[in-house]
Amino acid sequence: MKIMFKGKRVIVFGDRDGVPGPAIAACMRAAGAEVVMVATECFV
Amino acid sequence: MPDPVIQACSYILVHVPGFVRYGSKPSREIADSPGAALSVLENHLRIYDDAVAYPPNQVFIGNLRPDSLNGIEQPWYRHPLSDASRYGVYGEIMPQEEFLGLMKLADDFDLIWLEREAAPLLRGALHSHPFWKDSDLGKIDGGVDMEHIHERIENKGSLPLYFRGRIAGCIHRHHDQDDTLKAQVLMENLMAKASGALALKHLLKKADLPAKNVELLLNCSEEAAGDRYNRGGGGMAKAIGELCGCVSATGCDIKAFCVGPLYALLYAFSLVKARVFQRVAVVGGGSMAKLGMKFKGHVAKGMPILEDVLGGIAFLVTGDDGESPLVRLDGIGKHDIGSGSSQQNIMESLVLKPLDRMGKKITAVDRYAVELQNPEVTVSAGSGNVPLTNYRMIGALAVLRNEIQRGDIDRFVLKHGMPGFSPTQGHIPAAVPFLGHAVDAIKRGEMNNAMFIARGSLFLGRMTQLSDGLSFFIEKNPGKQKSTRSERKG
Repeated sequence: MKIMFKGKRVIVFGDRDGVPGPAIAACMRAAGAEVVMVATECFV
Repeated sequence: MPDPVIQACSYILVHVPGFVRYGSKPSREIADSPGAALSVLENHLRIYDDAVAYPPNQVFIGNLRPDSLNGIEQPWYRHPLSDASRYGVYGEIMPQEEFLGLMKLADDFDLIWLEREAAPLLRGALHSHPFWKDSDLGKIDGGVDMEHIHERIENKGSLPLYFRGRIAGCIHRHHDQDDTLKAQVLMENLMAKASGALALKHLLKKADLPAKNVELLLNCSEEAAGDRYNRGGGGMAKAIGELCGCVSATGCDIKAFCVGPLYALLYAFSLVKARVFQRVAVVGGGSMAKLGMKFKGHVAKGMPILEDVLGGIAFLVTGDDGESPLVRLDGIGKHDIGSGSSQQNIMESLVLKPLDRMGKKITAVDRYAVELQNPEVTVSAGSGNVPLTNYRMIGALAVLRNEIQRGDIDRFVLKHGMPGFSPTQGHIPAAVPFLGHAVDAIKRGEMNNAMFIARGSLFLGRMTQLSDGLSFFIEKNPGKQKSTRSERKG
């Protein structure tokens, strides 16, 4: 699992009514990615 | 101590096509491409009769039940109701000419100048309204010459007010160097005040309550009235109350992004329960910033711009009257700071924890009201069907708890949910558009209970990455049954 995104930098955009940014970021870190930016937006 | 009840609800819409250009998204697009964007926008605006006949709007003011939208073919804007009415069980859909007059009536600082020919027309329009015909409409008289209005617009930062495609007046800034008192902000605040007052007037009428009997007003609008030293300082609750003659009330503003109405209701419930106040009115006026928020998506799809209405809501919370649905204060759900941000964590906090506390299953709740944005507004702009997403999440929790099978989620959504029908006015869709329908359905014996769940986007203020949420639960009032039993015994 840790190597799936090893060496990758990711930018995370979450949705208030979908999956929030911090939740996606936690998954990406668990998969070995370096999270360089996290944002959650509200589209309504 | 008295258990709190929701005694009355009101819902209003105001059709304001002339203000769509001042919504946040349209105004930015117009600034980027002045001629083209404005022309496209104006070509996609609806007339008043189309806004009245639009099925979701008729649900909002109470002339249709939410479920009836399931039986109306989409797109709903192509299937107007032939028997639509301006007035509904819970309020009305006000036309712009009356609202311009109402804004001037709400203007205590001569912020609005009406053009000399337009003023008597707008005064006459408002005079025909039963709530305002006895008000001091002299404020609306005495228009100003168009050349003075143009001079203010061109040189003093005033913004034009449009009616039927022409300038009918302007609104001024009130300080040369204070951006919190510039014309656009004051316009936004005045629209929230006037639409909130219209909702409160309908609430007082619906509850048959003299204005002087309201003790506390809690405003949950999304404006931020204040000055450069106190941005968002408040005062809207009392401003609305003053306009409605609530001379014995005090009040303040509750801010919590889209979940504001639920916090305001929670405070109302608690203060009534604690006997600090007996009659608390929660009121929310409309949001100018959100007009035309998705207009680019609507235009791209060849649709009319559906975000052409302001919303307004008001609720009366009192002690137990033996009839109105009771609020279960042991059934409040909250999203704790440490709860985590995943959808599952949020829904567990807002749905499962309060249900567990009350000893109820997910399927024991007759209806869930979630964020009730009209999907026709959002799906066309790529923002998804928000209510449906939330209902599926609650259904998924019911699957995890072995209350239903995975294949039953769609049936669960149909039975326990409803289509979205609220304008995308931020705080307005926050579950509470169903409160009036729920209160009446419970009183009629058609359902026993309902849960209301709303979410707030705290991260938009850039002070925290947190989101927020709150929920509450109402159920049938056993009062009448009790009294019937005691009468029989007697």
